[in-house]
Amino acid sequence: MMKNKKSMPWGFLFFFLPVVLWLFLLIVLPHLELLRLSFTKANTGKLTLDNYLAFFREPIYWLTFVRTAAYSITVTFLVMVISLPVSFYISKIVKGRLSGMLMILILVPFWVSELIRVYGWMILLRESGLLNHLLVSVGLFKQPVEMLYNDITMIMGLVYTSMLFMVVPVIGVMDDLDNSIIEAAFDLGASKRAIWRTIIIPHCTPGLVNGGIIVFMLVLGSYLTPNLMGGKNSLWFTEQIYNQIILYFNWNQGAAFGFLLLVLSSLIIWVLLKLTRQNLKEVVK
Amino acid sequence: MIRSLPSSKRYRTGFNIFIALYFIFLFAPLIVTMVLAFNDSMYPSLPWQGFTLDWFFGKGPQKYGIFHDQTNLRSLYTSFRVAIAVMIVSTFLGTCAAFLFEQEQFRFKGALYFLMIAPLVIPGVILGISILMFSNTVGLFIEDHMNIYVKFLGPGFPLVVLGQSSFISTIVALVVSARLKKFDRTLEEAAYNLGANKAEVLWFITLKYLRPSIIGGAAMAFLMSFENFNTTIFLVGSQATLPINMYMQVRDGSTPVINAISFLLILITSAIAVVNLYKGNESYL
Repeated sequence: MMKNKKSMPWGFLFFFLPVVLWLFLLIVLPHLELLRLSFTKANTGKLTLDNYLAFFREPIYWLTFVRTAAYSITVTFLVMVISLPVSFYISKIVKGRLSGMLMILILVPFWVSELIRVYGWMILLRESGLLNHLLVSVGLFKQPVEMLYNDITMIMGLVYTSMLFMVVPVIGVMDDLDNSIIEAAFDLGASKRAIWRTIIIPHCTPGLVNGGIIVFMLVLGSYLTPNLMGGKNSLWFTEQIYNQIILYFNWNQGAAFGFLLLVLSSLIIWVLLKLTRQNLKEVVK
Repeated sequence: MIRSLPSSKRYRTGFNIFIALYFIFLFAPLIVTMVLAFNDSMYPSLPWQGFTLDWFFGKGPQKYGIFHDQTNLRSLYTSFRVAIAVMIVSTFLGTCAAFLFEQEQFRFKGALYFLMIAPLVIPGVILGISILMFSNTVGLFIEDHMNIYVKFLGPGFPLVVLGQSSFISTIVALVVSARLKKFDRTLEEAAYNLGANKAEVLWFITLKYLRPSIIGGAAMAFLMSFENFNTTIFLVGSQATLPINMYMQVRDGSTPVINAISFLLILITSAIAVVNLYKGNESYL
């Protein structure tokens, strides 16, 4: 096992054992168990494909699945589009001190729990909420309108809660972009659009992929935001998992759903990495 | 374009307005939540009924402030205990992992490293259910074969701590690794030459050098544990943590006591975040 002759084996084991125990007991074996349960029948323990067949037979299940995937991709894309100008502003337009201050301002909401952020939107947007109160008292609205519990609000909420995970890595790569390249392009007569398309965006791709993976994974696995902001009609796949496990106590069905979600998230992350020719190890650094 | 290049006034004004709107979007829900904690009303909404501190100190019978709200106080205490435990476990595991992957050479290192970063791209819901299922199976197995009921394998405090540590350890590992990479190993050799043994070098040289990143990682672990919902919801037993307790109140409608809790949490987490950033710890993500 040891190649490094200088360090003693027990020193190596001191680091090695806890890490291996952690990864096997908390990551590998639980996921194998998830896989096993998804292929077995409740109580009897017999092998079956029923849990997966149920997913394809019931439109509500696979429609929710497709919907969740499509919305997660949309949110990831929106977050990328908004983060680029914001990062550009902080990294390239404002000067040192202000830039650092804005950076801290951007990071603060990231530390506040998702629940509090969603709650803030709820008291702003609901029928008895602040925005309605203001709009009615100004006279723009005749009566309060329910702005919560629809897909657009839910998407906005998901963009909001995951935004910061994109801005931080994108600012990181943007800071490394040498200003003189942009200046050179400008001097040679490139338009703004050309500068963005051929210099800034290609340079920021690693940051965008890095943020994209985290945002996508967070949105796909999010429960609070769709549940609280999307209301009853906005089905999210994590809610199906929650229902199967907590409400119906059908763990085998829940395991199958969980495994499908895992496959979906791994697949899309893999495609994203392949398309941009990155690998996961580089991206998480 | 960038600050060293000339740009039209319209372009600059437009960009400034966009950024102003972005920051309003970022902070509006937080500020509204905080302000409404002081509204003398039974509901977290306008109209403004006057300033009160009842949602912090109210003793009932109508208004129970946070400091007299037994359910919320109990869940706050549970969350605190969980966060401390997770902080200890994941700081230990994460630091071990940083040493293992930065300083040791062994077979299958690449594969093991891949396993370690995997929790970053596994949705929290799936970590939660797979750990729940695995520990349940192990518990049943022990009960069947040895006739012992192992309490800690059922949902509850230990399982929540393990579940959260499974991915928070990875975050700590990345934070500590980032600093360990810059460590000058000739310092270790110098200490060996001066007669130190391996444990002494580790304690007096390497760990001392790593201290800022270990403290930063531990602070992040504490906060991430404190606000975790997705993984915890499946592993929690009868003792709800604060986010879960708050979720039920937000879902079913509640008094501004939630705003008061949010107010305190936003202040405390922002303070920790800002201190953490000023300490010169660059790896906030």
